[in-house]
Amino acid sequence: MLNVHRDICGYCGCCVSVCPEGALELIDAYLSVGENCTGCGICAKVCPLGALEVVHEK
Amino acid sequence: MKSKYDILIVGGGPAGAIAAKTAAQKGLSVCLVEKRPAIGAPVRCAEGIGKEALAEFIEPDPRWISADMTGAVVVAPDGFEMTLESSMAGGKVGYILDRKVFDRELVWQAADAGADVFVKTRASAPLMSDGRVRGAQLEYCGNVQKVNAEVVIAADGVESKFSKWAGIDTTVPVREIMSSVQYVMADIDINPSATIFYLGNEVAPEGYLWVFPKGKRAANVGIGISGRKSGKGHRAKDYLDRFVKQKFPHGKTIECIVGGVSVCRPLDCTVADGLMLAGDAARVVDPLTGGGIYNAMFTGKLAAETAAACIAKGDTSKKALMAYDKAWRASKMGKGIERNYLIKEYLIKQSDEKLNAIVHSVSKLDLKEFSTLTLVKELLKANPKLLVELGTLAASLR
Repeated sequence: MLNVHRDICGYCGCCVSVCPEGALELIDAYLSVGENCTGCGICAKVCPLGALEVVHEK
Repeated sequence: MKSKYDILIVGGGPAGAIAAKTAAQKGLSVCLVEKRPAIGAPVRCAEGIGKEALAEFIEPDPRWISADMTGAVVVAPDGFEMTLESSMAGGKVGYILDRKVFDRELVWQAADAGADVFVKTRASAPLMSDGRVRGAQLEYCGNVQKVNAEVVIAADGVESKFSKWAGIDTTVPVREIMSSVQYVMADIDINPSATIFYLGNEVAPEGYLWVFPKGKRAANVGIGISGRKSGKGHRAKDYLDRFVKQKFPHGKTIECIVGGVSVCRPLDCTVADGLMLAGDAARVVDPLTGGGIYNAMFTGKLAAETAAACIAKGDTSKKALMAYDKAWRASKMGKGIERNYLIKEYLIKQSDEKLNAIVHSVSKLDLKEFSTLTLVKELLKANPKLLVELGTLAASLR
């Protein structure tokens, strides 16, 4: 799953533009993660601040 | 808010605002919705625009111009500076805008022209039937309302979702998103009338770092790096912090802005039945400079003009709206995007040594016309070998 560190996130939408699943949406000042997120990590890579983290559940 | 408009515009940036104003002036009923509570904030922009480009849309006003640019400096990876100056009297070149005020002004003008404007209002789904867009579901403070429209113009920016919901793939390739951070810095020593661009794989891999003056001792200091070069420990912010620590150690950061800038080719098709895409949502940012304000206003205006003509004829099918897609691609802007895309693709593949050689070849350029095209032409004159390396692209530059 995708963990959004809200204290780091700058709500810029950079991640939304690269999400191949269309799972992310920037709603005013928060980022919403849809259930169709596959945890591919593309968003975490491009985030200018490092606010996103893919967490693999055991 | 009415339940039906001629045109519904999603997004209150320059593309949406100019589209709204244009359509309203043509006598159409227009609804513009902006999901943020305030127009123009957060800025997410380095705020530079050419004077002539700006003048096509609006008379310059000191209320939203932060600084007047008369030149530019390109800094090679080895620190060598190439100065670009304009010889023209009156110094055309460019402005650094105050986008918070500028964007508000554009929406204000749209409202004065007759458009309805709603902020903190989000288009949360398209209304679709028979495979065509017929409006949108809008959410405002917990209320949900359906609004029908003959045409929806999606001007919802880099984080565009509307057209994706309507079936258009707007995904930006990882290597073609510029992962960006910018500080508005005060109390720093700068040249207040020149923009500075720092190049190099150590400074800003596959992108550049900029210092755009906002006043005598203030500037937008920012960076964009390719998404594929970004990762833990080497993100845009890491590069920018390193630069600022070395260059402006005593500067004060009064604003921190983050963003993504697409430098891919525009979408293959920017219309669908009942839907048009404009500005960053259509991925029409200049791929070389990352500049998007002019292209947003240009496509916004053209989209509204085409929509008005199609509505008058009673045909807002994809086929009819294609006139917009064809027109912007054939325009000077459209051709410039393609040309600059190819130049960008060439430049990002070059080593620092090669970039040094290119910048060193011309230490001082007096440009008759201040544009990236003129700059590239001059660089080609000084580096005849580039003609061969650029291949077919070079022919289009002559």
